[in-house]
Amino acid sequence: MTLLFEQMLNGVQYGFMLFLLAAGLTLIFGIMGIINLAHGAFYMAGAFIGTWVAGVTGSFWIGLPAGLAGSAVIGLLVEFLVIRRLYARDHLEQVLATFALVLIFNQLATIVFGRQPLMAAPPQLLSASVELLPGLIYPVYRLAIIGVGIAVAAGLYLLINRSRIGMLIRAGEADREMVRALGIRIKLIYTLVFGLGAVLAGLAGYLAGPIYSVQAGMGDRIILPTFVVVVVGGVGSIRGAFVAALVLGVLDTLLRAYAPGMLRGIMESSAADTLGAGLASMGIYLMMALVLMARPQGFFPAKG
Amino acid sequence: MTDLAHPSPADEARQGLRLPTVVFGAVLLAGLIALPFAADAVGMNSLISLGSRVLIYAIAVASLNIALGFGGLVSFGHAAFFGIGAYVVAMLSNHADWGTPFLGFIPGTNSLILCLLAAMLSAGVAAAIIGALSLRTGGIQFIMITLAFGQMVYFFFTSLSAYGGDDGLMMSGANAFFGLNLRNRTNFYYLCLTISVAGFWLYWMFMRSSFAAVLDGVRQSPDRMAALGLAPTRHRLVAFILSGIGTGLAGGLLANLLRFASPDTLNWNTSGLLMIMLILGGVGTLWGPFLGALVILVLEDVFGAWTENWPLVLGIVLLLVVLNTHGGLVALIRRLTGGRL
Repeated sequence: MTLLFEQMLNGVQYGFMLFLLAAGLTLIFGIMGIINLAHGAFYMAGAFIGTWVAGVTGSFWIGLPAGLAGSAVIGLLVEFLVIRRLYARDHLEQVLATFALVLIFNQLATIVFGRQPLMAAPPQLLSASVELLPGLIYPVYRLAIIGVGIAVAAGLYLLINRSRIGMLIRAGEADREMVRALGIRIKLIYTLVFGLGAVLAGLAGYLAGPIYSVQAGMGDRIILPTFVVVVVGGVGSIRGAFVAALVLGVLDTLLRAYAPGMLRGIMESSAADTLGAGLASMGIYLMMALVLMARPQGFFPAKG
Repeated sequence: MTDLAHPSPADEARQGLRLPTVVFGAVLLAGLIALPFAADAVGMNSLISLGSRVLIYAIAVASLNIALGFGGLVSFGHAAFFGIGAYVVAMLSNHADWGTPFLGFIPGTNSLILCLLAAMLSAGVAAAIIGALSLRTGGIQFIMITLAFGQMVYFFFTSLSAYGGDDGLMMSGANAFFGLNLRNRTNFYYLCLTISVAGFWLYWMFMRSSFAAVLDGVRQSPDRMAALGLAPTRHRLVAFILSGIGTGLAGGLLANLLRFASPDTLNWNTSGLLMIMLILGGVGTLWGPFLGALVILVLEDVFGAWTENWPLVLGIVLLLVVLNTHGGLVALIRRLTGGRL
């Protein structure tokens, strides 16, 4: 029972990780109509730059702003050099151009930082574990990630629904021509949204460092589940991304934890482990296919 | 989803064979036939395998073009059909070695014809299922759901430890084909060339068919086609299945070339690579798939030997192509030759 609870918490933590990435991605698609496969590059940039700075300075808390700034700069650069030229193009060209960026950034990371994973450690302050329930000892760092996820979700809610910028973002999503006609510089909003998405992805990447490994290609492994979250939640909907991220995060983690064990009852253990791992990896894609079958627009289709 | 100003390739194909096209085709065929002799003469035997790979990928890209170029179906999951083709061939041939039936009732076989037919059939069935489900969506959802199905197939095959799991599935040798030794590079190359020429002829017939014309119409305006009494979804599904069958054939050939079914063939990067080749060559064109496969694989061969940063080069080339060219290499050649080719 404590094991199940621990896995649920891991799932929620993974879900918030996915949410940090998916929130930016879904906003970018919702307002700009851009499919950005290279979103994982910002995650990777935040992880590499932040972890490297943290390693040099010896402080997690100096690495954090460095990682965020690094992913913001790379995000704005990508927006300025590539994404701006893709607004009027069809999805195929967007997919291919941003796929090209994935290849470029993965290779650049290998060139700059090498093939060896960078080591990252949680800060002293958060490196302890606490006993949540009798027998359940849980790392504070993972709880902190959940806390950051909740804070970001609340912040985004306020930003989108209560601020002037948020109002313009919502207006841009609904009718960009009208917004432009009212004298708002929509291009500036696009850049802001893209930068915000990149920073959130960089934050996720930096926070992921001490848990997963910081290496080239790390973005690839999380970007596909992130797309599943965006599509299942309803493209353009932050609320949908929030719900889908948590559901899929928990589902994926539980499947990984329990599928091999369940299969071991009916087949020999090494085969059960590989098959179980495979089925667990298929889980979220299967769920996405089922959801799209029933509701082609996802859980919470964005209006407009 | 696809831009409407896209020139209709089916229309062009129906105008019949024009002299420059015939001349280009004849010169190309002569060059391809001569390749093994030329490779022998300069002592670069690896060129023959490269030639086989170009032909195999050209088949896969031409097949993708049926769905993507003509049907307007941006599939990010074609690696599934490519990999299914490869794995079916490797599985059947391994079962022939082991002397055990596949799934307990399908006897293993080492016959090239049977293996390739099985690869095409399996890929076709997979395409029918994936297509029927995916076509309920459209736009970005279609791209993502095909990607999801591709990933499912990838994880499925890599989780089968009896068939090599993550390591892929080795074959003890190439398939048997009327006593011809297919381990011999030249023999295998000519086999690929024969199949490619036959496939190319079918592809040409497809482009001239009324089916392609309807498909073209469905891509440009599904509503108008529906108003004409032509069911858009059914035509798209047939295109998707044809596309899957052709890609499966290419996968089966690749397994024979490498004597190995690699999980890489199922990876989403492979779906991306096939799309890159198509875009680079020219979407919806006759020569585009071949040119795209040729340029990418030759570049990979050259840069891959020269620097390990080949993916960086590929990324930059792709980015420049997507941002700056409209219509890929075929359009570029047309512009350079004043539209005569």
